[in-house]
Amino acid sequence: MTADPADNRRRRRVESLLRRALPPSSLITDPRARKTFETDGLTAIRELPWLVALPETEAQVLEVLRICRAHDVPVVPRGAGTGLSGGARPSADGLVLGLSKMAEIVEVDLDNLVARVQPGVRNLAISEAVAEHGLYYAPDPSSQIACSIGGNVAENSGGVHCLKYGLTVHNVVGVRLATVDGEVLELGGKVPEGPGYDLLALVMGSEGMLGVVTEVTVRLLPSPPEKRVLLAPFADVGAAADAVGAIIAEGIVPAGLEMMDAPAIRAAEAFVHAGYPSDAAAILLCELDGVAGEVAADLARVTRVLDAHGAGDIRVAESPEDQARLWLGRKAAFPAVGRIAPDYYCMDGTIPRAHLADVLERIGRLAEAHGLAVANVFHAGDGNLHPLILYDANQPGQLEQAEALGARILELCVAVGGTVTGEHGVGVEKLDTMCHQFDAATLAQMHAVKAAFDPDGLLNPGKAVPELARCAELGGMHVHGGRLPFPHLPRF
Amino acid sequence: MRDDVDQAEVLCDAVRRAAAAGEAVRIVGSGSKSSLTAGAAEASRPARLLSVSEHVGIVDYRPEELVVTARAGTRLKTLESVLAGAGQYLPFEPPRLHGGGTVGGAVACGLSGPGRPWRGAVRDAVLGVELVNGRGERLRFGGQVMKNVAGYDLSRLQAGAFGTFGLMLAVSLKVLPVPETEQGRVLALPPADALARCRAWSRRPLPISGLCWADGLLHVRLSGAASAVAAAAGEIGGDDEPDPRFWTGLRDLRLPQLAGPGLWRCVLPPAAPEPLDECLVNWGGAERWWRPRADDARVRAALAAAGGHGRPFDGSFGHRGAGTLAPLERRVSERLRAAFDPERRFNPELTARPEETHAH
Repeated sequence: MTADPADNRRRRRVESLLRRALPPSSLITDPRARKTFETDGLTAIRELPWLVALPETEAQVLEVLRICRAHDVPVVPRGAGTGLSGGARPSADGLVLGLSKMAEIVEVDLDNLVARVQPGVRNLAISEAVAEHGLYYAPDPSSQIACSIGGNVAENSGGVHCLKYGLTVHNVVGVRLATVDGEVLELGGKVPEGPGYDLLALVMGSEGMLGVVTEVTVRLLPSPPEKRVLLAPFADVGAAADAVGAIIAEGIVPAGLEMMDAPAIRAAEAFVHAGYPSDAAAILLCELDGVAGEVAADLARVTRVLDAHGAGDIRVAESPEDQARLWLGRKAAFPAVGRIAPDYYCMDGTIPRAHLADVLERIGRLAEAHGLAVANVFHAGDGNLHPLILYDANQPGQLEQAEALGARILELCVAVGGTVTGEHGVGVEKLDTMCHQFDAATLAQMHAVKAAFDPDGLLNPGKAVPELARCAELGGMHVHGGRLPFPHLPRF
Repeated sequence: MRDDVDQAEVLCDAVRRAAAAGEAVRIVGSGSKSSLTAGAAEASRPARLLSVSEHVGIVDYRPEELVVTARAGTRLKTLESVLAGAGQYLPFEPPRLHGGGTVGGAVACGLSGPGRPWRGAVRDAVLGVELVNGRGERLRFGGQVMKNVAGYDLSRLQAGAFGTFGLMLAVSLKVLPVPETEQGRVLALPPADALARCRAWSRRPLPISGLCWADGLLHVRLSGAASAVAAAAGEIGGDDEPDPRFWTGLRDLRLPQLAGPGLWRCVLPPAAPEPLDECLVNWGGAERWWRPRADDARVRAALAAAGGHGRPFDGSFGHRGAGTLAPLERRVSERLRAAFDPERRFNPELTARPEETHAH
């Protein structure tokens, strides 16, 4: 309760309306229970929400939105809460609208190769549900065992395989979007395009700022019958980086193409013993998939390119078990790095591939100048870097140094024609670097687009696009004592 | 014609002058798709013609990035030949109507070619756009990288918007390596059987890049590694494609079935059983070119009942949305347009004002 009697009356009124609109277990007012929702995967940022609603139906979502709209209550939509940029950080005077109870797979349509699912359905649950038909849902963010499809839409999530199979925007064909007024905007469906503007594309990655997703129709793909994973060690980081571009230039689009540098390799090897060559300066992990002849032909060509760029002994994994072993070190890289430093700060910039070698070298120099070490482990194929800045928050000044270095790295990404976030989203974390990437007129245009959907700015206020007046200076994905926000989730 | 001319400032100035004078602006490229907006233009208020066709050139292209950035007036023919020189192509296969077309026009009209279900649509390939909005501000959305979630995706939104948000100056597009082999097959089948085959094949990991039924023949295009294509051709059966120009003819909408009046372009769930007669069925069932023998209202009702939508492919095609959008989507679309172009300066005839439209 606040000191203002009028506001207290308003708050009591909102609570009583919500109580009428929702089942008892769907409205959380108890402070201890609300604490669960005070943060997402970006645990450095916390705020206790005033209320939490967990509706069970679309009708309840709409009613909650109407009540909030009528009483000027900010609404923060939330999926599984695994986001890494603070996109689900609550408002102290607002309501968290959690979609976790809406977790039904509504329909699997094998004729049209789509599945209609509620927003709280976990990413991996879709592929599991259709596996018996030889189908799957392609985007596979590393948190896929926990993250929800509604959250994937909000973040336009990628994953290891998006070089070949695209992001969420390429694999979602329909969305039901609840507007701030509590109406349903039906976008797309089982058809490949809608009759009007491509609002579906606009909603992808809009971080819950334009509406609340109440249903998602995803495209299902036939599972590729063949798969090979190969590991190529390099004595030189630049040579590995150049090999990445050369593979693509050769006309091959691998299903996945990942790179790790020496600090990341050694940390991963010490942690999970995947059999990585500990003396390598860098390794590339390359996954090829498709039909039988195609994979064999691509494998031969990739091997040739890697050899020509000075790769050492290349290992090819044929069995699913061997493939999983090769992937293990990569997938365990984040927690592995967490073991070698008290804290790390994960960046998410994307750059044109041609600048890989140069940018990695410049990141090394920047790190040295800031007196910190950086481990690099990233999606090389699409130029999506995850430099992990190692620091110790207990050493005075190191946190500030890490943040300063992070900002310099993202500025470097922008300077070479890249972006400050490839897949983690802006949330509250990268508001300041957004100012660096976009000019004022472009940011103002984004605000105008937001206002077209949400004129009073009630949906997820203060996220994704910085106010022109001030570029907030905020923290990042800080990991203390090697503990990730969701320690059981792989992060890559 | 010179192939590298930067007229960005000239175009920005022209928009700002139009804004100052309170004039409308009609954007044109090479004019190849003018027949898609001709009908709407008749009913419009007078507008100054602003041609982007001299603003040409490939600004940035490094094949290993799989990205090309080109000025909006760059001819598709020019761009595609440069890409072909590096063994790459535009995966969305934009139609070259009357042999012409510009990069900006291809994005603005949003028409995707025969490979769309497998290779993606125009919007899937759009990575970044430079645009002048109705206030004459020069804006840059997106970028030149494939993974980019910084801010709202206002680049893909331009695909199919017919220039009603602003004037595109340059576009960054994802490109792909040309497949090693391409092979066409044909099978003589009645349409319902053809649809059933399309459904069955789509569930299997086959290197299909086109499925089109027309006049009793199901045309299948296979693309990829030679061994994979050969194996799939064996599995699919049928005969070699007799017409070497079938797939480019389909892409450029030059097939005889697509000529003449009364044609609708319809988008449907691929397995929708109707409409089927009087159709050329593309995209494995998802795009149907239909010449219906019924009035517009009944055609729209039939399409809605089948879970899809469509528009006459004539001078009203670019007049997006009128009579086909649900009221809420229409309201949101109008507000969105006003967010870019509050005075409705760009192509004013190409979307109806809310008060001019009527519920469907």
